[in-house]
Amino acid sequence: MAIAPLSDAVSVLVRDGDTVALEGFTHLIPHAAGHELIRQERRGLTLVRMTPDVVYDQLVGMGCARKLVFSWAGNPGVGSLHRLRDAVENGWPQPLELEEHSHAGMAAAYAAGAANLPFGVLRGYRGGNLRTHTRVATVTCPFTGEELAAVPAQRPDVGIVHAQRADRSGNVQLWGILGVQKEVVLASSRSLVTVEEVVDELEPMPGAVVLPSWTIDAVCVAPRGAHPSYAHGYYDRDNDFYVAWDAISRDRNSFVAWMNENVLSAVVA
Amino acid sequence: MSAYTADEMMAVEAARRIDDGTVCFVGIGLPSLAANLARRTHAPGCVLVYESGTVGAKPEALPLSIGDGELAETADAVVSVPEMFAYWLQGGRIDVGFLGAAQIDRHGNLNSTVIGAYDSPSVRLPGGGGAPEIALGARDVFVMLRHSTRSFVEELDFTTSLGDNVRVVATDLGILEPVDGELTLVAVHPGVDPDAARAATGWELEVAGDLRQTEPPTDAELTALRTLRTKSSV
Repeated sequence: MAIAPLSDAVSVLVRDGDTVALEGFTHLIPHAAGHELIRQERRGLTLVRMTPDVVYDQLVGMGCARKLVFSWAGNPGVGSLHRLRDAVENGWPQPLELEEHSHAGMAAAYAAGAANLPFGVLRGYRGGNLRTHTRVATVTCPFTGEELAAVPAQRPDVGIVHAQRADRSGNVQLWGILGVQKEVVLASSRSLVTVEEVVDELEPMPGAVVLPSWTIDAVCVAPRGAHPSYAHGYYDRDNDFYVAWDAISRDRNSFVAWMNENVLSAVVA
Repeated sequence: MSAYTADEMMAVEAARRIDDGTVCFVGIGLPSLAANLARRTHAPGCVLVYESGTVGAKPEALPLSIGDGELAETADAVVSVPEMFAYWLQGGRIDVGFLGAAQIDRHGNLNSTVIGAYDSPSVRLPGGGGAPEIALGARDVFVMLRHSTRSFVEELDFTTSLGDNVRVVATDLGILEPVDGELTLVAVHPGVDPDAARAATGWELEVAGDLRQTEPPTDAELTALRTLRTKSSV
């Protein structure tokens, strides 16, 4: 599909009931793609994300998700995700199953998925109650006898990330805070990358990651597609929006009204 | 001496415990304030590591999130999240990990997962994030938490991370440190009655025989702290 309109790419790549990971660790969060999932009324998704924040609050509140796999869910520096809490605490708009991990565990699971290994291994999940509520097991090191945690590899049906830019062949370049963007694309069966712009040539940038076009199913141009997250070198994080989201999302009616006005009725290029 | 708030006192006292050159794994909020304050005062060489992958970040303003752009722009190195947890935290390169929580018990175990039962919580909290592995992977763990019987509890609703490496708990009332495996009040902030700390603790809080009083913030500390806050974009 190479470079395609976002609505076409979502329509072809994401099906009801899929396991879908939208990643971006504070930086490069694929909000535009998340909004397209909402507009296309995807249902029964297992949503995977280390740090579910505003875009997952929106997906959960709009009834797209059946299950959430995560390690930290909140509005960073602001507080709770009210739509997520409403789903977990009150089952609105529908109950949400949780599979909860630690950051280290999720990171190891994505890396294992990218490496085509059955599980990730780490020194983690020791003590505490989390291990009785999640998918984790113990393995013994065959060389030292040390007991380590094993987490099943994360292999989403669809991995979705945002990046700064692509070239005309669909090779993608991203830089700044890298998160797990590379791992989720390589771990997923299908992948979709939204970019700020398409350029003739990818000028090398310090610390940049390049994802070759043949590792990606669709590249979609979505200027400001990470907003209110940010794209390093293009625009800053809209901290005021994250603060404002607290009030918008606190009440079901104000949330639905905001989604209607800003997402459902938005004209898509 | 200027007037100061209880939160400022808590941040200042946590910052004083960071030595120059210490590698700190920092979360957002009060820990970020304390670590940045240390870097702006007595510990200019302390290294701030944010879990978003920024190693040696030197922000001018306090970031709202652990992934603000300024952290990457000012960092010595930016690494991926899997690398951060595998090579840097698990690799044993972190001296001090800061943690907050909704609840703490007398052993320094922390809950940041749920209030109430896990499957039908009265409050669904954000969850552990980096905490379970920070708690065991950092050499020393500093906890910052406002003192109240809601947070200092006899029994946690959920154990998110273990207290094995907790060396100090800085609160708005004073300082707790483990003595024979149990958190004990070792210092109170100026003007705080130790009985107030005992009353704000959900277990029978032991008070050290040689209970100390922390030094109030200096003008230099307060100025540095407020400058960081003023420059913050929010």
